[in-house]
Amino acid sequence: MAIRERLSGNEAIANAMRQINPDVMAAFPITPSTEIPQYFSTFVANGRVDTEFVPVESEHSAMSACVGSEAAGARTLTATSSCGLALMWEELYIAASCRLPIALACVNRALSGPININCDHSDSMGARDAGWIQIYAENNQEAYDNFVQAYRIAEHKDVRLPIMICQDGFITSHSVENISLLEDDEVKNFVGEYNPEAYLLNDNASYAVGPYDNPTHYIEHKRQQTQAMINAKQVILDVAKEFKELSGREYGLFEEYKLDDAEIALVIIGSAAGTSKDAVDKLRAEGVKAGLLKLRVFRPFPAEEIAEALKNVKALAIMDRADSFSSQGGPLGAEVTGALYRAGAAVKTVNYVYGLGGRDVKVENILEVFDALKEIEKTGCVGESFRYLSVRE
Amino acid sequence: MSIEHLNESVSWKDITPGGEIYEGGTAVAIKTGEWRTDTPKFIADKCKQCLLCAPVCPDCSIPVVDGKRGEFDLDHCKGCGICAKVCPFGAIEMMKGEK
Repeated sequence: MAIRERLSGNEAIANAMRQINPDVMAAFPITPSTEIPQYFSTFVANGRVDTEFVPVESEHSAMSACVGSEAAGARTLTATSSCGLALMWEELYIAASCRLPIALACVNRALSGPININCDHSDSMGARDAGWIQIYAENNQEAYDNFVQAYRIAEHKDVRLPIMICQDGFITSHSVENISLLEDDEVKNFVGEYNPEAYLLNDNASYAVGPYDNPTHYIEHKRQQTQAMINAKQVILDVAKEFKELSGREYGLFEEYKLDDAEIALVIIGSAAGTSKDAVDKLRAEGVKAGLLKLRVFRPFPAEEIAEALKNVKALAIMDRADSFSSQGGPLGAEVTGALYRAGAAVKTVNYVYGLGGRDVKVENILEVFDALKEIEKTGCVGESFRYLSVRE
Repeated sequence: MSIEHLNESVSWKDITPGGEIYEGGTAVAIKTGEWRTDTPKFIADKCKQCLLCAPVCPDCSIPVVDGKRGEFDLDHCKGCGICAKVCPFGAIEMMKGEK
């Protein structure tokens, strides 16, 4: 029986963590994710979970503790944002290359500088090559649902990779929305027990984690690691199917919104997808064939599926809430364009950077993007392929 | 998978995830002597079997059997020369190079 609640995104994640009842949480507070360890430590103090809570002195230590704990055989998680994630950088790579299925609740916030506490995706996008699975949420419900599915994906024997469950700082983390929670027992049964094949606290077997690699072995390990990420795609779909049977809520690699016959469309990640759906609805009411692809899974990157979904679009705007400073656009722009090129899809694309440092994204801003797409569709000419949205000229 | 199979012909499909190792004492199986700078020469005639050399070797490359040291294990010796320094009898000479 589903529980109807009204929770902020941070409360929703903390409740998913409570229902999972992990072995260890190591965390250091940083805005806007601070509430997650704060709520969770209350659950620990009140005896609602039997998790070992490790209050570390930095995020570098938080992820180091997570690596040690997960290697010991304990189901482990943490939460962070922005510069906290940046301070974990070294250990993010170690967690992934040691194939430790740690879960991290990332509440997306701009990286300094200039120092700013509000939402953009520069933190997790910066970590995009660290080898973590990355799943993004549009709203509180999705953040909760994604976290409940996290360990089933990360701990799968064909995957064994750490997983980052991302949501937009303040926009969803601090906004209270109606939400449907699963019963505690349902989550417990869905997630199941963690039984790693090898773990350091097993005194019946020798086990070493993270040894030095010579040039004779390193590239083989990287090839194997990339295979785990390739395998993750099917596992994500399988877990989503099971989750639908439990919750009635459907998830895939991405959501297609009025995309079937769309001639102009957006690709977007996170909360601004909701705003963009309103813009699509307005245009549809005027008879404009507008649509939207909301990416849920960024790592592994579902290139073939994206290209298949977008191949008939005439003009496409790829929306990045992070600049890569390549001088060519953002990371999503590069990867979606690459996916279309590899598939031989002749879609005209323009890459927008928007919403940096918490800049509000309104329906009228998204309508401006669609206006530009109409122009590209009409003239067949893209013009500037890398643009900033809603920036003062 | 045992350490013997993790040699230089192991494929990415068979290598252990993250390089993890499922047994102890595996340094024996990995020939790290190829990093050696200088090479120790054991002069058995001068050796009194005092065994001062064996415990100071950082790589356990001086095998001791039945209370007597034998020839150097050059599969693991790095040529640091500590053994030659501690030998009171001049029974270990350091030769330039890895051979």
